[in-house]
Amino acid sequence: MAALLSVFHRDLRLALRQGGDTALVLGFFVLAVVLFPFGVGPEPEILGRIAAGILWVAALLAALLSLDRLYQAEYEDGGLDLIVLSPIPLELAVLAKCAAHWAATGLPLALLSPLLALVVDLDPVAFPTLVLSLLAGTPALSLIGSVAAALTLGARRQGVLLSLLVLPLYVPPLVFGAAAVEASVMGAGARADLYILGALSLAAMAVSPWASAAALRLALE
Amino acid sequence: MINRLANPARFMRLSARALPWCCWSAAAVLAVGLYFALVVAPADYQQGEAVRIMFVHVPAAWMALSVYLLIAVASGIALVWRHPLAEIGARAAAPIGAAFTFVCLATGSLWGRPMWGTWWVWDARLTSVLVLFFLYLGYIALVNGFDDPTRGGKAGSILALVGVVNLPIIKFSVDWWNTLHQPASVLRLGGPTIALSMLVPLLVMAAGFALLFACLLMVRMRTELNDRKALALRLNSAPAPRAARSASEAAGSPRPALR
Repeated sequence: MAALLSVFHRDLRLALRQGGDTALVLGFFVLAVVLFPFGVGPEPEILGRIAAGILWVAALLAALLSLDRLYQAEYEDGGLDLIVLSPIPLELAVLAKCAAHWAATGLPLALLSPLLALVVDLDPVAFPTLVLSLLAGTPALSLIGSVAAALTLGARRQGVLLSLLVLPLYVPPLVFGAAAVEASVMGAGARADLYILGALSLAAMAVSPWASAAALRLALE
Repeated sequence: MINRLANPARFMRLSARALPWCCWSAAAVLAVGLYFALVVAPADYQQGEAVRIMFVHVPAAWMALSVYLLIAVASGIALVWRHPLAEIGARAAAPIGAAFTFVCLATGSLWGRPMWGTWWVWDARLTSVLVLFFLYLGYIALVNGFDDPTRGGKAGSILALVGVVNLPIIKFSVDWWNTLHQPASVLRLGGPTIALSMLVPLLVMAAGFALLFACLLMVRMRTELNDRKALALRLNSAPAPRAARSASEAAGSPRPALR
């Protein structure tokens, strides 16, 4: 247990000290959201209608950006060998790393989202649902992304390959996350969509450590 | 039986004998199926003659799903039992499955334009089949994305198993969501609801598509095995590098024969 916490703390400290990772993700989130009014036109009716989708797509792309630093640096300098050889089960180490990744990227995204929702004219009644949907959905994004990041370690053109692999698997959280915010704007209950989002995160938590651990062992063969 | 096929040389012998038979029967079944579909089957009372696209669209869809399931099963066998041909089979099947998915999406789009009035709609069935197409492309990109082909094959096996969760979503999407795509008419509890005069051509076309897939798969696997044999022969016949030759001559040790 102490070993797991130390993996978590190490990753979190690295992410916060380098600072670049969280700042990069948040910066990309802001820029991506801000691009849409330029493309779609500034009318509040139109923007407000698609605001849920804009925010979720931008959050998804921002989470995608930070995925390759989940394992790549340690793969290159040998830290991954130490983690794989250590007595803690690799699946739990993967969970700890994903938790640290989420704390450094998904959590700030969720907390920043109401500010950006003002920029795209999302109905303020949906702000709590927006934050909740991102809090419930971004763990799934980190976990699914961890599988793809582990699979593409050492591949040629790793960044593009990672995006190609992960975007089809990101479609379910995107669909239900945007649907939750939309439902809240319409006044219908968002609870069903939020429950499904939570279920997706829990399912990812069950499946992803095994797939990621298998992929990591494969990468180090 | 799977273990008997594990020997690549035996697979080459068996597939050499099976391939002509398989190709001719695929051609025959497809010819019969096309005749049934285009001439014998009745026109739909609502859709008219345009319903005949169904006899290509539905078997292509069935093949797209079955091939992905085959890839997932082969990947499982490759990972668990390290079966040498399972990985080759999965890699060979992936582009064929992607082609079937593309045919399914394209014929569906051509069918939807006169029937639904739109080339595309984002309902659950079409979206999940499009996700399947991207999963195929991602699998192909991953297995070809490494300099070491065995690493790529194993990584692809893991990806195929992770993506198999999409298959039940595709199958049940028309039940779980309110979709424009019609609900299941053949593979459903309570038996098929489609008329027999249309079901028979459909099944004949499906059998023809399956035989076509078997032919293409065998050809691709044989090609891959021949490629590997050619590469191994080329590597074995390459001369030893100069420095090693002169060093071993200086040491007086016999140079190992590489031919």
